[in-house]
Amino acid sequence: MNVRPRFFSLIAAIAAFVVAVAAAVSSQTSQPPSLSLLSREGRRALPIALVADQEFVALDDLAAAFQLTVREESLGAVTVSYKGKTVVLTPDQALASVGGRLVSLPSPPSRSGRRWLVPVEFISRALSLIYDARLDLRKPSRLLVIGDLRVPKITARYDALGPAGRLTIDATPRATATVTQEAEHLSIKFDADALDVPATLLAGSPSPGLVLGVRVADPTTIAVDLGPRFAGFRASNQPVDTTQRLVIDLVTAQTDAPAVSPSPTPTPTPPPVDLPPSFGQSASPFRTITLDPGHGGDDDGVKSAEGTKEKDLTLTIARRVKGVIEARLGLRVLLTRDDDRTVPVDERTSVANNNKADLFISLHANGSMRPAARGASIYVAAFDRDAAQAAAGGAERVPTFGGGLRDIELVPWDLAQTRHLDQSSAFAGLLQQTLHDRVPLATPPMERAPLRVLESANMPAVLVEIGFLTNPEQAKLMPGDAFQNAVVQALFDAIVRFRDTWPGGTH
Amino acid sequence: MNRRVAFAATIAAVLVFVALVAVARRGAPPAERPGTGAGKPVAPAAPSTPAAPGRKIKARLFYVADDGMRLTSVERDVAYGEGADEQAREIVAAQIAPVTSPMVSAIPSGTTVRAVFITKSGDAYVDLSRETRAAHPGGTVNELLTVYTIVNALTVNLPAVTAVQLLIDGKEVDTLSGHVDLRRPLAKNLTWVQ
Repeated sequence: MNVRPRFFSLIAAIAAFVVAVAAAVSSQTSQPPSLSLLSREGRRALPIALVADQEFVALDDLAAAFQLTVREESLGAVTVSYKGKTVVLTPDQALASVGGRLVSLPSPPSRSGRRWLVPVEFISRALSLIYDARLDLRKPSRLLVIGDLRVPKITARYDALGPAGRLTIDATPRATATVTQEAEHLSIKFDADALDVPATLLAGSPSPGLVLGVRVADPTTIAVDLGPRFAGFRASNQPVDTTQRLVIDLVTAQTDAPAVSPSPTPTPTPPPVDLPPSFGQSASPFRTITLDPGHGGDDDGVKSAEGTKEKDLTLTIARRVKGVIEARLGLRVLLTRDDDRTVPVDERTSVANNNKADLFISLHANGSMRPAARGASIYVAAFDRDAAQAAAGGAERVPTFGGGLRDIELVPWDLAQTRHLDQSSAFAGLLQQTLHDRVPLATPPMERAPLRVLESANMPAVLVEIGFLTNPEQAKLMPGDAFQNAVVQALFDAIVRFRDTWPGGTH
Repeated sequence: MNRRVAFAATIAAVLVFVALVAVARRGAPPAERPGTGAGKPVAPAAPSTPAAPGRKIKARLFYVADDGMRLTSVERDVAYGEGADEQAREIVAAQIAPVTSPMVSAIPSGTTVRAVFITKSGDAYVDLSRETRAAHPGGTVNELLTVYTIVNALTVNLPAVTAVQLLIDGKEVDTLSGHVDLRRPLAKNLTWVQ
């Protein structure tokens, strides 16, 4: 069988055309638009006619592409047939009858000279019901995928994370990608037949020092052009619903100039981290951190007089801390929420417990009835004596499957934190040190309180209040990059120190 | 455990009696004295004593200190209540009443007391109106100060009360604004008082 090489070269040619046409169509509006038909048999460009801002295709062209029979009937109706199945169109009606079933169209068929024009949606809404292969119309890309080709739609986003950066590339439907470094670019090759790529994947130069641009290298490959400050990367693939998300964390060289801030105003960058970056899994058993951005959804948390919401502030900082930790330490960082949604308290702790996190940090911004209150606070859980005694209740003897009895240690969910209070206090102490000199600290900076979100955490856990949104001076600084950089760096440094003191072999 | 409870109840009864005698001898209440003696119990009511119209007891109430991080205590006249439950309700009512500047209350405005009852084991259940949550401005410090204003107002003034659980609109709640665990009674905690 010598079909495969020819087949793959055909697919490559088709895909190259698709990418080129998609880019050309979007960037050069002066050229007549066309719909790209992509199938295993070949490719075809179908002219598009614009009628009253609606995109139409000629029935003649469709007939040639799909082996359809088009006939004008005596009463003015137009029939479109394929292998004994028929679609009936009626002039002046935005409807089509498919085997007795009516489907709506955005506008009625239109006559242009001797030709009948139909809205492009005719393909997906009517023709697809009588055709024997899948017709996947992607109108924004002016692309029609015929059959079972894998043509994921690609979108990209770049986030600056202090001096580092993160590139997030989504492929929908899912297609895994392999990332390799080649000279001055990263090559991202997708396991697909072709790519549905917008004309501009990322506008402009996302980060002049780190990422110069993102472009299509070949029909199934995207290239990321790297800047002079690029020092390394770490990539991970993860499914998100029907999308495969590729996250590439880009790390800068430590000795290079500070990264360009995402803020329009220049802001000081955080001081360099003591440790050199490492990109693999840590040799330490300390592996997973759960960050809990406080509040979210209907629950705004504290609001400043200027309108800054605690829920937004905590999410921004959590994302930045996650990016820096994953990029530099290679640790797994889970967020209890990665968007603006309501998360019950127990669900927050469950994320940490179910993933056997080694550290849980709940991020908050504080509020007081008095505007004088200011400074960051670190809270560790407090339990009354009865609760602590209940948690220390010891082992319970239970029957085993094969017969006999076995002692198991039972700790009530609500009291799980009682066994980690020493370690929680140790981390709180480290964080107090790393926050000191970077942001104002409250007096006293460390507190113990019966905080709901900490009590069920089955690992060292703290709640950090980064400052008071009710203090006018702090409320102005907290949304800014300088303040947030300082908090992110302090958290990062505390985590590094805590990891370095982590007792080996506990997991 | 029962012996402990019985002992605590006896001690509480003796304290109630001594305090009542002290109040009866003291006559008119002195002026407000902020920030002193937060831990000293003030006279609670004895169930058997008949109520006198306009009769007052002295109670220590709690407000937000100038630094906004802690509470400060103030001695105030509070209406006499018939029985421990009624006295507790009077104390809570006085505590949640609006105050004028420069005083600042940690209780959200509009809060009212729906009911107060005390169990034999010394746990007081304070049922507050929904404004306590709905109008709460959020923040761990704010929430701690709101909760311990009520907890300390009862545990400091009524020795029979050892812990307090807040209910909102007749129901148990997890937290007021996402921070402090309210699923069980909280003991007196003067850490939050200057």
